[in-house]
Amino acid sequence: MAKTLLDKVWEEHTVRTLPDGRTQLLIGTHLIHEVTSPQAFGMVRDLGLKVLYPNRTFATVDHIVPTDQRAEPFSDPLADAMVKELRKNCAETGVTFFDLPTGNQGIVHIVGPEQGITQPGTTIACGDSHTSTHGAFGAIAFGIGTSQVRDVLATQTMAIGKPKVRRINVDGKLAPGVYAKDVVLHIIRHLGVNGGIGYAYEYGGSTFDNFTQEERMTVCNMAIEGGARVGYVNPDETTFEYLRGRPYSPKGAEWDAAVARWKAVASDKDAVYDDIVNFKAEEILPTVTWGITPGQAIFIDEAIPNPDELPEKDRATAHEAIEHMKLPAGTPAVGIKIDVAFLGSCTNGRLSDLQEVAKHIRGRKVSPSVKAIVVPGSQGVASIAEKMGIAEIFRDAGFEWRGAGCSMCLGMNPDKLVGDQLCASSSNRNFKGRQGSPTGRTMLMSPLMVAAAALTGEVSDARKIFGIS
Amino acid sequence: MSLEKITQVTGRGVFVPGDDIDTDRIIPARFMKCVTFDGLGEFAFADAKTAEKAAGRLHPLDDSRFNGATILISGSNFGCGSSREHAPQALYRYGFRAIIAESFAEIFFGNSTTLGIPCVKMSKEDIADLAALIEKTPSIQVTLDLTESKVTTDDVDFVAEFTLPGHAREPLVNGRWDSIADLVDGLQDVKARVAAIPYLASK
Repeated sequence: MAKTLLDKVWEEHTVRTLPDGRTQLLIGTHLIHEVTSPQAFGMVRDLGLKVLYPNRTFATVDHIVPTDQRAEPFSDPLADAMVKELRKNCAETGVTFFDLPTGNQGIVHIVGPEQGITQPGTTIACGDSHTSTHGAFGAIAFGIGTSQVRDVLATQTMAIGKPKVRRINVDGKLAPGVYAKDVVLHIIRHLGVNGGIGYAYEYGGSTFDNFTQEERMTVCNMAIEGGARVGYVNPDETTFEYLRGRPYSPKGAEWDAAVARWKAVASDKDAVYDDIVNFKAEEILPTVTWGITPGQAIFIDEAIPNPDELPEKDRATAHEAIEHMKLPAGTPAVGIKIDVAFLGSCTNGRLSDLQEVAKHIRGRKVSPSVKAIVVPGSQGVASIAEKMGIAEIFRDAGFEWRGAGCSMCLGMNPDKLVGDQLCASSSNRNFKGRQGSPTGRTMLMSPLMVAAAALTGEVSDARKIFGIS
Repeated sequence: MSLEKITQVTGRGVFVPGDDIDTDRIIPARFMKCVTFDGLGEFAFADAKTAEKAAGRLHPLDDSRFNGATILISGSNFGCGSSREHAPQALYRYGFRAIIAESFAEIFFGNSTTLGIPCVKMSKEDIADLAALIEKTPSIQVTLDLTESKVTTDDVDFVAEFTLPGHAREPLVNGRWDSIADLVDGLQDVKARVAAIPYLASK
């Protein structure tokens, strides 16, 4: 019988069926960071267990690291304690740690792919909901809680039910100035922030076939924002080329054997899906969020909707959004004043994101009313961007060029909004308080749209600002 | 490991209205700068409480009429967003022992089940009726029966059905909700599987 990639990976990684009907699923690759792992290491110790396969867990530090003053001890003693705790746990258990001094530190979902640890046909888990990012390589990747981090440390497995699979096709060519970020915001707008509960999303169609590996990562990253814990794209030559020569990628004869396996793991042509949804690339325009969930999104030429004209199920959250955002219904997206521009995160903090923006902002200046920061997703990204002169372009334009980390995506480090500042952000969540100030406001958009807002001081159509047509 | 068999949860309820209540709302990220979960309970809904005060309203968890509630009732897609287990840990430490909502985000649901917090789905209408009963008589005792899949109250004629998938019900009622013991039981099979998968066996 024809199978999906999910079927094949699930079958290969099934250890057994548990008494409650869930699968004891082998997790081939475990990624950890400083915020959701310390309690898990503590639980493993308390239970008298050991880290079973330390060579299959990889650590980095991203959530709480400062992006300006990188010297230790950090000014925040709690953050400093968390980094030291992870360092100690890794040293004691033999887990590889992409620590700050290694030059390979960064956001866990950027480090895994750039090291070649993220590979097709594998299972990956991490105590972070954006683990779905790794699905861009044809891996089945789950965000998990701390008790499950413990389970994976101690047994390299976790208990989980097999999801259904929804195939999401996007076909056609995106117009200039429309990006992967717009595609995923568009999908969430139409399928809802809870539409993916119980599903894995398999993204495909000619738009995805033509996407770069990094564009695929942007879409899979936000699968969870549509309620799908897992999102993936079938691996192809684009995937293999991305992985070739990376530190943890197979080498020599092992490479050829691996590519053969990776090709075979893709969904069969006649695979049967639990649901299929189709979108046309040509219908997608630059998109921004206006509310407090990633599904509350509009095209750049639209206005904030009247909650009472939305479907009944969306009204309560829409009213709450309008109260929080202090932007009345009917306000056009274009012209909304911003205070902060944040370029970075596991959604859009990769080299191609920074390259695309740098190409357009050369010689332009950030509006004096805007604080604009660029936070590369990893030390690797930062180092290449610096060598290529990209960092210089950002600095010349008036952006602050920072060290790698999660930064203002979730405001666990000193990079936070203040009061009710409004931030044009390339990150993934516009929840109330998400960017570190309880009353702070977030509008999600593509990196180039963030740059357009930074330059003009207000939400703008990047295609007009940069003469893209 | 011997765990309590959770067949029934009885206690007072509190209704926190709203859909898409995310885990940042349940426990803001700044409270996650910790290496244990101790003490998270007092920060549950911290910013939501402050925001309600600033708007001249009272968050249900600040309303003394609902002090001591152990059953949390809310809207759809409860617990969406971040995978932080700090969210159900904070709710548990605050005193909640069960959650009733229209629907739950998947990671939150799993994290809560692993802590022995049943998360049951009930219809919007039944939730509205239950919320109205609690508003009228905050001392009312609400009972979730996991065997019967029913919510009842002690002194009013209210019965509503809920849904709880078998893969969550079985471990809760049989005292196996923390899966670590079952996973450890399978370790021989784990090693055999690792040896059979090329990318793992070769390492």
